[in-house]
This record gives sequence, C-alpha cells and structure tokens, in this order.
Amino acid sequence: MTDATAPAPSPAGAVTGALIRGLTRYAPLIILAVLWEVVARLGLVSGSSLPALSSVAAAWVDLLRSGDLLANTWASLYRGGAGLALAIVIGTALGVFMAWSRPVNALIGPIVELFYPMPKSALIPVTVIWLGFGDGSKILLIFLGCMLPVTIGAFNGARSADRTLVWSARSLGAGRLRMLRDVVLPSALPELLGGIRTALALTFILLVSSELIVARAGLGYLIGYLGADGNYESMFAVVLTVAFLGFAADRLYQMFAARVLRWQQ
Amino acid sequence: MKGGDGSIWLWRLAPFVSIGLLLVGWEWLARSGVFTPFQLPAFSVVVQRIWEQAQSGDLFINVGLTLYRSLVGFLIAAVAGVIVGVGMWRNAGIRWFFDPLISVGFPMPKIAFLPIVILWLGLYDVTKISMIVLDAIFPVITATLIGVRNVDRELIWSARNLGTREGELMRQIILPAAMPMIFTGLQVALPIAMIVAVVCEMLMGGYGIGGAMMTASRFANSAGVFAGIVEIAVVGFVLVKAMAFIRRRLLAWHPESLEPSTV
Repeated sequence: MTDATAPAPSPAGAVTGALIRGLTRYAPLIILAVLWEVVARLGLVSGSSLPALSSVAAAWVDLLRSGDLLANTWASLYRGGAGLALAIVIGTALGVFMAWSRPVNALIGPIVELFYPMPKSALIPVTVIWLGFGDGSKILLIFLGCMLPVTIGAFNGARSADRTLVWSARSLGAGRLRMLRDVVLPSALPELLGGIRTALALTFILLVSSELIVARAGLGYLIGYLGADGNYESMFAVVLTVAFLGFAADRLYQMFAARVLRWQQ
Repeated sequence: MKGGDGSIWLWRLAPFVSIGLLLVGWEWLARSGVFTPFQLPAFSVVVQRIWEQAQSGDLFINVGLTLYRSLVGFLIAAVAGVIVGVGMWRNAGIRWFFDPLISVGFPMPKIAFLPIVILWLGLYDVTKISMIVLDAIFPVITATLIGVRNVDRELIWSARNLGTREGELMRQIILPAAMPMIFTGLQVALPIAMIVAVVCEMLMGGYGIGGAMMTASRFANSAGVFAGIVEIAVVGFVLVKAMAFIRRRLLAWHPESLEPSTV
C-alpha cells in the first residue's frame, strides 16, 4: 500500500485522502463519543443517567440478536412508509389540482392555509379515537400531518410553471393530461421535492411521538418500554438507532432528489 | 391569488365561505348519525366545551402554559441559534466543531431523545423547554449561517473603510443584511417549537393543551380532545400569521419581504 501514494493520484491515494478529510470533518463527533465513554467510565455521572457508550453498543447488539430491534424497526418503517406514501400521492394531486383550477383553489386554499400551521402532533389523540392503538392510527396521523407540506410544495411549484412553456405546449396541441405530465409536473418538481423533504422529517417526528405516547409496537414504543423498565443501556441504543434512521433517510432522500433534478442543470 | 377581474371582492369572500362550509359540513356530518358522538362530536358541542373551559379558567391556564413554553423555547433557540451561526461564520474553530453536529443533528428526529432528557432533568418545564430549544435551534443556525455568508462583501468593506468598529459592523451592517434569511429560519422554527411543546405535554401530562388533550382522551371525552385541536389550531394559526406580520413590518425596507410567503 505504501507505493500507492505515488505522485500520480491513484485510486487508493484518493481513498486515503477522502478518509483523512472525513476524519477531520467528523472529528468533533468522535471526540464527543470518546468524552461520553470517559465521563461514564470515570463515574462522573451515575450509570443510570448516562451508561457508557460501549455498554450501549453491547446492548444494541443484544437487541439485534434477540430480534426485538428488527421487528420494531419494521413496524415503524411500515407505518412511516405507508403514511408518507399516501401523503405524497394525495398531497401532490391536491396541490396540482389547486394550481390548475381557480375555484378549487378558492375553496380548498383557505382550509389548507388554516391547517398548515397547526402543530400536527395535536392529531395524535384524535387518530387514536378514530382507529385505535394499532398501525391504522399511526398511518392516518402521518398521512394527515405530512400531506400539507407536500400540497404546498406541489401548489407553489405547479403555479410557477413557466407560462411560455405552457402556452407553447398548448399551441403545439398538447392535451390537458399530456401538459400536466410533460410540462406542469416537471416544473413543479424542485418545490415538490422540497415539500417532500419536510414531510419526511415530519414523518419521523410524528412516528416516534405517537409510538411513545400510545402504541404496542414500534421503535418509539420500545424506547418507552425499555425506559419504564429501567433498562437504560438498551433505551439509549434504540434512541440512537432512531436518530440514525432519521439522518440516513434524509441523506438518501437528498441523493435521490439530486439525481431526479439532474436534468435541471 | 391576485384577482384582475371586477369581482375581486367575491374572491376575497372565498376563504370565509370555504371555512364556513367546512364547519357546517362538520356539524351536519356529526348530527347525521354516520359517526357516533365519540368518534366525531358536533362542532357546536366542541364550542360549548371550549366555552365551559373559558368560564372555569382552564382554557387560559392551558393555552397560556403551552404558549409560554413554546415561546420561551423559541426565543432561547432564536438567540442562541443566531449567536452560534454568527460564531461559525467568524471563527474557524467554532465552525469545525459545530459543522458535523449540525449536519448530523438537523435531520435527526430529536423527539426520540425526550425520554433521556426526562431522565436527566425530570418532569418539569425545564425538560420541555430544553426539548423545544434542541429541536428549534437547527433551522435558526443554518439560516443565520447562510444569511451572514451572503452579505455583500462590498457593504462590509465600505463600512470598514469608513471606520466602523467590529461590534458596530455586526449590529449595523451584517445582522440587518442577513435579517431576511434569519427571519425565514425563525419562521421555520416557530411551528417546530409548537409541535414539540404539544408532544412533550402529551407525554409528560400536567397542564397545557397537550396534557389536557391526553387527560380528555383517557376519560373517553372526545369533545375535550376536539376542543384541544381547535384551540391549538387557532393558536398555531395566530402565531404563524403574527410572524408573517412582524416580518413585513421589520423588513419593510427589503424588497423580497413584500412578496407573499409560502403560506
């Protein structure tokens, strides 16, 4: 490997360079992790309020082996995915429809505007009243909570569709549906994707809060259960798992959005 | 939304018509017997419940506490977020330390940390406010950073040239020039602060709209739950509109601020 760092930029050299840059960049996180371990090991804080990072990692492996972690992660991801998918489909349709027709906008716009600033977490007890404690109430909550950011993204995007593009498409004889697909939706895409990113972040917030408050499965439920049990190592492990999933979902989504929008350059 | 035709007043009336229809539809649906009163209490019943809460004074205690927690957390996040953002811009060490924390911490669902914060700080207001700050600070920091980075170099150079001292430069030039962006960050942070306040109240109980809704839900008192939704919707709407109003007032000198915002 030593001669791989020859003057010519070899692939291995590039990898080492990227590694060093990554390490410098994320060094503060590593320092915090080490500090956490040292503080906990030295007993500066009680073990129950801050278990050592190494014991949290061990608890994470145990949870993974027992299958608890995977089963609850699956339950959470299923709810989040279903709710978000519904919100994206119906939210986009509603937003484009509002931009498309003035009477629809006049009728639905004020309702969207009224509910958009509402703290969506207030819907948690209502969805429980309607659909009980299971998957249905979480999916409904995430759908209702995430729909409006998508709607507003689609609406603003579709409304800003270039007038000249719309006119040329019309004069070239494009039908209403073709125009929607080939002109309006593509121009709405950047704002729509921004709205979906907000919805993705909201999905995790609503998912975890509703599972913490009322649930019999899911990562939020697991956190609450382990905490009530006094099993703090495992609770920290699940909290970090949820935080990582939220972070990873956002990163993956951004990569996806950048790919989709590549034609814009 | 700008009506060019002669019937502008008709379009102006549309919001009231549509919200009126929503409320009438709610009342009608609830009375039609399709849903039980438990699933969907009538709007009139909910209004009556809010009226009772107002007479007993509970309404003001609950709304006041939720507002107090959200706004205190929001203000701390606003001040600290601007300080961290400006610090990251001016000092490479601060930037090095906070940059990865923000890029990893911003997209995380911070609400998952609530049980840990309860473990550390107990079931008091300080826990709720800490959670609100933790969640609301990220958009303020990133918006401040973008705002100060984009301040015109020439503005700073000319001010320095005219002998402005550093502290004054900050107050007179950089912060005002970055204000539109910072304010956008604050407008993102405020609804987040309210979402977190309500979730914390629901989980930790006690007074506040969230706590009152959970109590009502435990006693199968669905009129109480819906009353909570109406209250929180009104509070959220008023706060968001107030922010937009302050923005127009504060940034009247800034051309972009005159354009309608997303909401």
